[in-house]
Amino acid sequence: MFRILEAEVLADKTYKMVVEAPNVAHACEPGQFLIVRAHEESERIALTICDYDRGKETVTIVFQTIGESSYKIAELKAGDCFADVVGPLGNPAEYVKEPIEEVRKRHYLLVGGGLGTAPVYPQAKWLKEHGVDVDVIIGTKTKDTLIMEQEMIDAVGEEHVFVTTDDGSYKRHGMVTAVIEDLVKNQGRKYDKCVSIGPMIMMKFCVKMTKELGIPTIVSMNPIMVDGTGMCGACRLVVGDEVKFACVDGPEFDGFLVDFDGAMKRMKLYKTEEGRRLLEYQEGNTHKGNCGKC
Amino acid sequence: MAIEVDMMKKVPVAEQDPKVRAKNFDEVCLGYTEEEAKTEATRCLQCKNPRCVEGCPVRINIPGFIEKIKNGDNAGAYEIINEASSLPAVCGRVCPQETQCEGVCIRGIKGEAVSIGKLERFAADWAREHGIAPVKTSEKKGKKVAVIGAGPSGLTCAGDLAKMGYDVTIFEALHKAGGVLVYGIPEFRLPKDEVVAKEIENVKSLGVEIKTDYIIGRSETIDELMDNEGFEAVYIASGAGLPMFMHIPGEQALGVYSANEYLTRANLMKAYREDYDTPINKGNRTVVVGGGNVAMDAARTALRLGSDVTVVYRRSEKELPARAEEVHHAKEEGIEFNLLTNPVEILEDEEGAVRGIKVIKMELGEPDASGRRRPVEIAGSEYEIECDTVIMALGTSPNPLISSTTENLETNKRKCIVADEETGTTSRPGVFAGGDCATGAATVILAMGAGRKAAKGIDEYLSK
Repeated sequence: MFRILEAEVLADKTYKMVVEAPNVAHACEPGQFLIVRAHEESERIALTICDYDRGKETVTIVFQTIGESSYKIAELKAGDCFADVVGPLGNPAEYVKEPIEEVRKRHYLLVGGGLGTAPVYPQAKWLKEHGVDVDVIIGTKTKDTLIMEQEMIDAVGEEHVFVTTDDGSYKRHGMVTAVIEDLVKNQGRKYDKCVSIGPMIMMKFCVKMTKELGIPTIVSMNPIMVDGTGMCGACRLVVGDEVKFACVDGPEFDGFLVDFDGAMKRMKLYKTEEGRRLLEYQEGNTHKGNCGKC
Repeated sequence: MAIEVDMMKKVPVAEQDPKVRAKNFDEVCLGYTEEEAKTEATRCLQCKNPRCVEGCPVRINIPGFIEKIKNGDNAGAYEIINEASSLPAVCGRVCPQETQCEGVCIRGIKGEAVSIGKLERFAADWAREHGIAPVKTSEKKGKKVAVIGAGPSGLTCAGDLAKMGYDVTIFEALHKAGGVLVYGIPEFRLPKDEVVAKEIENVKSLGVEIKTDYIIGRSETIDELMDNEGFEAVYIASGAGLPMFMHIPGEQALGVYSANEYLTRANLMKAYREDYDTPINKGNRTVVVGGGNVAMDAARTALRLGSDVTVVYRRSEKELPARAEEVHHAKEEGIEFNLLTNPVEILEDEEGAVRGIKVIKMELGEPDASGRRRPVEIAGSEYEIECDTVIMALGTSPNPLISSTTENLETNKRKCIVADEETGTTSRPGVFAGGDCATGAATVILAMGAGRKAAKGIDEYLSK
């Protein structure tokens, strides 16, 4: 039984849940993800791991409602159970397996965009706990969509957290790329490694900036997948002219090598079908996809 | 009511009408009635040196069980089959009998071979319908064995070991046990609830525990199983692995699937049913690339979802690796075959979605390493097929999850786990492997055969 112990709304359409999942909690590391199924008839949905507690055998997930399946997950309450929680999936962040004294020589810049702030959190926490210098940039649309600011401050210290909003409604005004540029060019901060997680378009531009600044950058890809163990190939993407599977080769890749445009194109794959199903779920079975408008 | 019988020919088996079944997911072949099975059983010559048994990867006593059916002792027939096979209702449906037991049947020299597969299916279905299940052994060895993967190989190995008295736990990565029997082979060929789930229940009734949602290589490693959890031997039966693509232009376009993805959505996730949430692209015009059983399954699934379907295969009809029955059924249902044809490019529209596939005609040249004549492109023969969905059914390459997390586990140059064919022994003491993860993609029955041999190998190892 994968019981939900806590369920809360973090922001508009953004939910956080603490779930009993011993097999995941015992083994997961920053960088990895999991797959859930809400009910017996539900889709397998890949979600990022936002936190874990090995002692309590729980994991924390943060997700947004975008399609029918995520709405169904959001309807679950504390005390309910997921039909399935499986993981950890994907490879841990590369520093987890490296000699820690090597990792400590580096200054890390973590960039979380929107929901991507959630998977950045365990990375920030891990690095800080292992004595590694780390700055975190959180980018979000507007003040109301900001998540996990306090957790991040608690993890790495207020002076290391930089929040920016697209509309300037809270703290800095502008994109994460402007913050990166400011920190490096105006404030004299030096970074040896950047980890960027967020919407594909944000990662694309983030990488463009870090490339200019000469900061090697890791990005985390979350394409559509079915099994998450290498079997289906739905999550394939082109990295440095090679076809890779995000689930077994990733989800983290060298951002300088990822074909973002190709990956964004593939993201559209189930949009119409999924959108159709969402409308059907919310408004009844009135949209059959034949009208050409939905 | 006796059935008239031409001893040269198989008693025909009832099937759903092709026009009807092309629109539903119900089983195509309806199986023999008791009377038909009895009649077909009279065609068996009861050979002294039965070649059919040699042709069976799990060595079922075929004349033995057929004799029982002839005499009306169906329970006895099931008992004989069950000594050798843990999944008889599955094998009767999906084994390539024409190249195995039936391929060497003496009856087949002058006429048609005895319909061994259909008789096996009859006995297994009869037992299930009459509530007969294998019984748990009372003798316990007090030794724990872990099996990785609840597909045909893992289930067979686990079943055999449980019969010998071992405590067996199967670790399955997906949310459902069955492996390719649930994610790959479609409902219309192998019903999931009535047949597969019941066969798995039978394995469980032998005392086997199955843990789903449990990924060895991620949640836990093989070393942890052996060092921390007291498993004295491990059988790796993790299956085929990562789908292959052709590496031609346009393969990342929207509407290009691996057969694995397409079939997993349809079968495991039941995307063809309105009451399940997983989406599937119901194309209008689908091209399936490949000629194996998986290609046939994908093609026939797409057809049932409402698409016109063309199979593109680079060799000729004779080389099609699929079971003869599947090709025959596919054709009956209206699937087109463009043989001696190979894709060169997938064509995209301005949105990046598939709008067609450019193919080239081939001719057969000199035999290659596999002994089959190598297909060679005919220069200038390219043409386009209009389509909105392309399904690549080209086979798989091994999954790195276990080999990359288990030290000193030897793999070959194709990245398959090196395992002794007779015992399943690997380079690691106590660790055995078999099925697709060791051989590369093959058949259900070969994987089961490997599972049986490994069970013997493990028993010998643990009895030392």
